[in-house]
Amino acid sequence: MSDRDRRDSEETHEHGSELSETQIRVRALESVLVEKGYVDPAALDLLIETYETRVGPHNGARVIAKAWTDADYRRWLLDDAGAAVASLGYGGRQGENLVAHENTPDVHNLVVCTLCSCYPWSVLGLPPVWYKSAPYRSRAVADPRGVLLDFGVELAPDVQIRVWDSTAEVRYLVLPLQPAGTEGWTEEDLAHLVTRDSMIGTGLPKQPQALSE
Amino acid sequence: MNGVHDMGGMHGFGTVLPEPDEPVFHAEWERRVFALTLAMGATGEWTLDASRFAREDRRPEDYLDKSYYAIWLAGLLRLLAERGIVSEAELSAGRALEPRTPQKILEAADVTALLGRGDPTNRSPSEQALFVVGDRVRVRNINPPTHTRLPRYVRGHVGTVRQTHGAHVFPDTNAHERGEDPRWLYTVSFDGRELWGPETDPRLTVSIDAFEPYLEPVT
Repeated sequence: MSDRDRRDSEETHEHGSELSETQIRVRALESVLVEKGYVDPAALDLLIETYETRVGPHNGARVIAKAWTDADYRRWLLDDAGAAVASLGYGGRQGENLVAHENTPDVHNLVVCTLCSCYPWSVLGLPPVWYKSAPYRSRAVADPRGVLLDFGVELAPDVQIRVWDSTAEVRYLVLPLQPAGTEGWTEEDLAHLVTRDSMIGTGLPKQPQALSE
Repeated sequence: MNGVHDMGGMHGFGTVLPEPDEPVFHAEWERRVFALTLAMGATGEWTLDASRFAREDRRPEDYLDKSYYAIWLAGLLRLLAERGIVSEAELSAGRALEPRTPQKILEAADVTALLGRGDPTNRSPSEQALFVVGDRVRVRNINPPTHTRLPRYVRGHVGTVRQTHGAHVFPDTNAHERGEDPRWLYTVSFDGRELWGPETDPRLTVSIDAFEPYLEPVT
């Protein structure tokens, strides 16, 4: 969490029953828009519920696990990610033009949006605060290895790094390397190893022993 | 615009601080701002590009001082004020003072369908693409004070067309009520050393998605 987000969050939490200025303003805004007929409060609740519960990195994890176990699906994902992902029911908003890039022993991919926060909602949900933060947006394109160190990931010096800056409506998904020792695993078990960060490129999938921990 | 939102390559922001087990939202008002922004986006009162410009078009100190959803709130309030939908007086009063009738609204029953269909920006191209995969291109050195999706750090640099995405709504015009003016969109890849100098890691490649008007042939 960045300092400014922490400050906003603390402002909300610490005052207890005393509402923050922002909270009061947002409530007033919602009241006015509802009164004028511009928004349906039930639609707002449903939008929030969708991204808090239904659409999130568990969708992307299923896509990756399927690509690890099904060579035809993997080729489809790399060739036309939008269609391959839609076939599992994960199409739609902020995933309309999806492109997947595969990590290999020689190539590591990393996704960023230097201009704002473009992110493949349909497979990963809404972006975390760090993805939208100035440190990540400023450094991912110039010093990606340094950024990876912030996440505790150290790439071998001979690994190529490819950074994808989402400057238009194309959205990017990283297909991480399948962890060694998981050959023959079911899709369901493999999906538990796929982390959100491994699909952005700032992390690696969990190792098989993590599941028994 | 050459705003502080265009952060690629800047120094001084420090390390990235991932938050373990981060929630989707950090406060109730963030949930409401997120949903209000999407719901108002569906009314057709403005384009997605106009909403991006409303968020980025602010003084650097203001942009950097605000949290992510505080920027969304500021952008939303600005669009609502500019279009006469919600005034500052109404915000203070917490109730409607001037009646106004929406053209269309997002009903709860339509939310799932809307999210499922998304808002594709692909359009039929009106002209042939100027470039094909493998072409060397130079990014034009343009500095529009208006909305653009061309980050500063690639301007003037030479890269290679890696993928073609068809024609898409052109944000530079669509943000300012100057029409969708669909343009070809390409993924263009740059050697890290081309962007950041000879001392850069030779194994780095950086790619952006660039609309055709941002590019010129390398002769």
